[in-house]
Amino acid sequence: MKVPLSWLREYVDLPPVTAHEVADKLTAAGLKLEAIASHGHDLKNVVVGKVIEIEELTGFKKPIRHCLVEVGEAEPREIVCGATNFGIGAVVPVALPGAVLPGGFEIASRKTYGRLSDGMICSEAELGIAESSPGILLLPDDTPLGADVVELLGLRDDVLELEITPDCGYALSIRGVAREAATAFGVPFRDPAALELPAAEGVTHPAEIGDPTACDRFVLRAVSGFDPSAESPLWMRVRLTRAGMRPVSLAVDVTNYVMLELGQPLHAFDRNTLQGGIVVRRALPGERLETLDHVTRDLAEDDILITDDSGAIGLAGTMGGLSTEISGSTTDIVIEAAHFSATGVARMSRRHNLVSEASKRFERGVDRELPLVASWRAVQLLTELGDGVAEPGVTHAQIDVAPVSITIPSGHPARVAGVPYSRETVVTRLEQVGCRVVDGVAPAAEGGRGVAATGVVTSGDLAAKLAVTGDDPITVYPPSWRPDLTDPNDLAEEVIRLEGYDTLPSVLPAAPAGAGLTETQRLRRRVGRSLALSGYVEVLSYPFIGARDLDHLQLPADDDRRRATRLVNPLSEDEPFMRTTLLPGLLKTLVRNVGRGFTDLALFETGLVYRPGADAPETAPILTVERRPTDEELALFAAALPEQPVRVAAVLAGEFERSGWWGQGRAATWADAIEAARAVAREAGVTLDIRADQHEPWHPGRCAALYAGEILVGHAGELHPRVVEAFGLPKRTAAMELELSRLAAPVPVQTPSISAYPVATQDVALIVPADTPVSSVEAALRDGAGDLLESVRLFDVYEGAQAGEGNKSLAYTLRFRATDRTLTADEIAAARDAAVDLAAARIGARLRGV
Amino acid sequence: MSDYDPVEVTPLHADELARAEADALAAISSAADLDELKQVRLAHAGDRSPIALANREIGALPPAARAEAGKRIGAARRAVGEALAARQTELEAERDARVLVEETVDVTLPWDRAPRGARHPLTTLQERIADCFVAMGYEVAEGPELEAEWFNFDALNIAPDHPARSDHDTFFVESVKSGKVLRTQTSPVQIRALLERPLPVYVISPGKVFRTDELDATHTPVFHQVEGLAIDKGLTMAHLKGTLDRFAEVMFGEGISTRFRPNYFPFTEPSAEMDLRCFVCRGASAVPGNPPCRTCKSEGWIEWGGCGMVNPRVLIACGVDPSVYSGFAFGMGIERTLMFRHNAEDMRDMVEGDIRFTLPFGMEV
Repeated sequence: MKVPLSWLREYVDLPPVTAHEVADKLTAAGLKLEAIASHGHDLKNVVVGKVIEIEELTGFKKPIRHCLVEVGEAEPREIVCGATNFGIGAVVPVALPGAVLPGGFEIASRKTYGRLSDGMICSEAELGIAESSPGILLLPDDTPLGADVVELLGLRDDVLELEITPDCGYALSIRGVAREAATAFGVPFRDPAALELPAAEGVTHPAEIGDPTACDRFVLRAVSGFDPSAESPLWMRVRLTRAGMRPVSLAVDVTNYVMLELGQPLHAFDRNTLQGGIVVRRALPGERLETLDHVTRDLAEDDILITDDSGAIGLAGTMGGLSTEISGSTTDIVIEAAHFSATGVARMSRRHNLVSEASKRFERGVDRELPLVASWRAVQLLTELGDGVAEPGVTHAQIDVAPVSITIPSGHPARVAGVPYSRETVVTRLEQVGCRVVDGVAPAAEGGRGVAATGVVTSGDLAAKLAVTGDDPITVYPPSWRPDLTDPNDLAEEVIRLEGYDTLPSVLPAAPAGAGLTETQRLRRRVGRSLALSGYVEVLSYPFIGARDLDHLQLPADDDRRRATRLVNPLSEDEPFMRTTLLPGLLKTLVRNVGRGFTDLALFETGLVYRPGADAPETAPILTVERRPTDEELALFAAALPEQPVRVAAVLAGEFERSGWWGQGRAATWADAIEAARAVAREAGVTLDIRADQHEPWHPGRCAALYAGEILVGHAGELHPRVVEAFGLPKRTAAMELELSRLAAPVPVQTPSISAYPVATQDVALIVPADTPVSSVEAALRDGAGDLLESVRLFDVYEGAQAGEGNKSLAYTLRFRATDRTLTADEIAAARDAAVDLAAARIGARLRGV
Repeated sequence: MSDYDPVEVTPLHADELARAEADALAAISSAADLDELKQVRLAHAGDRSPIALANREIGALPPAARAEAGKRIGAARRAVGEALAARQTELEAERDARVLVEETVDVTLPWDRAPRGARHPLTTLQERIADCFVAMGYEVAEGPELEAEWFNFDALNIAPDHPARSDHDTFFVESVKSGKVLRTQTSPVQIRALLERPLPVYVISPGKVFRTDELDATHTPVFHQVEGLAIDKGLTMAHLKGTLDRFAEVMFGEGISTRFRPNYFPFTEPSAEMDLRCFVCRGASAVPGNPPCRTCKSEGWIEWGGCGMVNPRVLIACGVDPSVYSGFAFGMGIERTLMFRHNAEDMRDMVEGDIRFTLPFGMEV
């Protein structure tokens, strides 16, 4: 909402303060300043002049005139001018040499087109009044020559641009802002809507409300004999422009002006295009309407229409129809002022993707008592400025609406704020808002509690739950312009807001002792820290993927990860799905970093994946909000939403250990990817069981399935060369992905017993078939060696001739120790032999050299 | 040793002893290194050295002469021993100095063999915020990112046709009628917390949210918020202000100026916006005539987040009796907080995953 201060001051006697000071007070009251635009402060030395002589200069590409202009000085001034919309005797604004026009444009005496030009005759655009103007601004003939144009036309002004929240429909008007300003400065407010209405005679034009849920007041007034050539006066055009609206024609400008002034959207019909009586109703199947913007719209049955015998002639409170539009020849005008359903207009505006100044106001709530007043104000302006005659009648259709009342204990605002307010303060503040306040509990009004700005009808049951009881009840009747005031806390906010949020004390509540982070939350932090300390950099990629990403991962057609949730309105049609794996985002981020010149990269991400169940219900219910959902209802939500487990994934390429002056580094490999998974699991107290697997997108010979016990928790290894190529990754890029949600929350570590007895070390070399997984050999050694085994470590893998064809040799160091004694040579040998024997029995391992 | 005589041994002669001592001292001082000194020690202080031999002969002397001879020999042995020890120390020091010089390396050589990674500052900032509230007794609550509309809107008092609902630019899932959306705010976690936890409830909930904005310097369709909720008996707006003032101090340091101004949110009533004094111009730019400020657009304040007293309608939807319980809720943007706290200027840097953005943040923010 753009508010010219000069307009605001018409209704409030503001003290002599700056625009910033006004803005600060309004911001504190909830009308937040967005910007201040200053106009005319740098505009000077522009005076009223009269053209007394015109000489047409020839020989130029465009018409050029050399004028003599009387500006109230001893001698007239010579001025060269390119405009032709004035003649001798025209009274015009003249910028004298030394004048500065908007934009810092300085006027100087100069030679042009072979003549002296000692100033400039100005258009509206040049004075900063209009965005563009076809010719010179012509002033009334009786304007005093030499007068300061800026003073005369009131061009010096500040415009406050305020952000109006959705509950404050009333503040989308000068009237509403003025009321807030008056309260903020503690000065009187003159209500521009407090007009004396003439006694009406008869009906203007027949009209009725066909659907009481769509409209509860509909007013028509008429003007006849209007002069269609009459122009809007300069002051009106200046105000409209400054308030952000484009002047169009007098009839249209008047409706806009009154809307800005009072907040009531108006619509003007050309009376001669109306066919029969008007009915406000919902659309019928198949109805269509061509609106003012020349768009023919298919109407939905929920749309609220203004209709006559010809059918739809307007989308109520949103946009008028083309067929009944005011034209350049309209002499008889019907002004419509109505009160439409806020939700009805909101829905319609959204459905047709059509936001107008009118719809913005209606969906935020318009004063139901304005239509008679605003329509009369418009008629007055039209007749004053456009020579028309006001018709004596008025059409007034309306539906009775029960008044809203809210009963609260007078101490309620204080209890919400945590600040003591006197009863008098509470009542005064509510009255400043415009409420009527009476002592005691008033009998509840018949027929519900009215329609909130939100359009939510408060049922009796909900009203009972919202009711606040206590000592010293007061009953508050909100004013017609505040349909947003429906609940006890709405009233509390008004009191606290006007008393000033800056007066609220700052008090820390004493929360009960909490339990701190959960094990799972702590685990997630440790996982991040562990990977980062291992060299991985965390990224947060968007969770959107496309079918192509899944193709690039070489996922088979029946892979579970292809069952993804689709977005209705994705940002990009290339990525319409929610991720089922973290890898595409990570791999693309890796590629981006490579593109920026980095070769050695290790990245990780922790986040949700979205895994819709195969037979989940398609819809989640929209339940009532008047009570807690039942457990059965909550189960419906859970069933309809996809599973959203937390995963962690890592990708790496290039050198994992850098080359440098110390020598050659070490390239990132499948082993690092698996180790990253181990590092993650270790934080959860889990030692992963690594098993060879074949799983896309990994290299079929370099892919590990990661198990926590018998639970598959993820995969790791080198990526498939085709995946590397498809994503444009560095060769041999490795990756791991693990579902954190499948790792149980860690349990407390049990303290090991530390033996001070000496260790006994035994090395064994085992020959096993080359395809034997090393993990199985180690498992056999561990199982066979028994409790005396302290550790087992593989220190060499040999696949040469001495191991035999198709075999490999695995060299292990076994360390034995007892908790209660020094082991004897026999004990050590027996344990070692038992280990080797079990490896032999399970895997067919034999001791090398035996 | 040729003229060994138990009674009259040459070395026992005073001048012989003095000569042996002088020889020994000369040899010690001329020993050039530890090896030579070892030889000298053998020759002059070893078992077969003249002084040692003399010492051995003392017992053969007449008792009257023993004391005097013992005294002389003892003095000579002490002198030689001390000289040896001194020279030993001297030579060791020389050797050590030499060896350590030889072992000198260039400690300025770079070492980034296994560089450390880093955590994303948006992650660690969320943790820091959680820690601030955990210290106040809050617990960290969580909820799904793909959420039922009822939680994201309806239960938060945002009716289907409410103007506020259109402002949310929601990502719809599967179909616009599925009742499922990508959550547009962390506020649905409020609802889940109230449905799942026993009262009183004090929870903080950082997390990812989604709106259909295109990515640019100040918008990203996927961003992070932190939601706070406190429901207890007797909570007031003063408590809300106290909590957020404390939060602001923890985030931005003591002395940070804050401002509450009225705003509108369907899920809180009364509602407020929490503004912070502009970090860059400290409010100076709002005074006419002063240079403009890009950070606060010369308003002097920057919006940090929305807050208010939880609307009793929200409590009712969660089965909480508003005549017994009240409380407050607040929500702040993590990206904005990072921008203010760490001078991050472009949101694109936060989402693109360029390692140069993240690495400087290390493990903590």
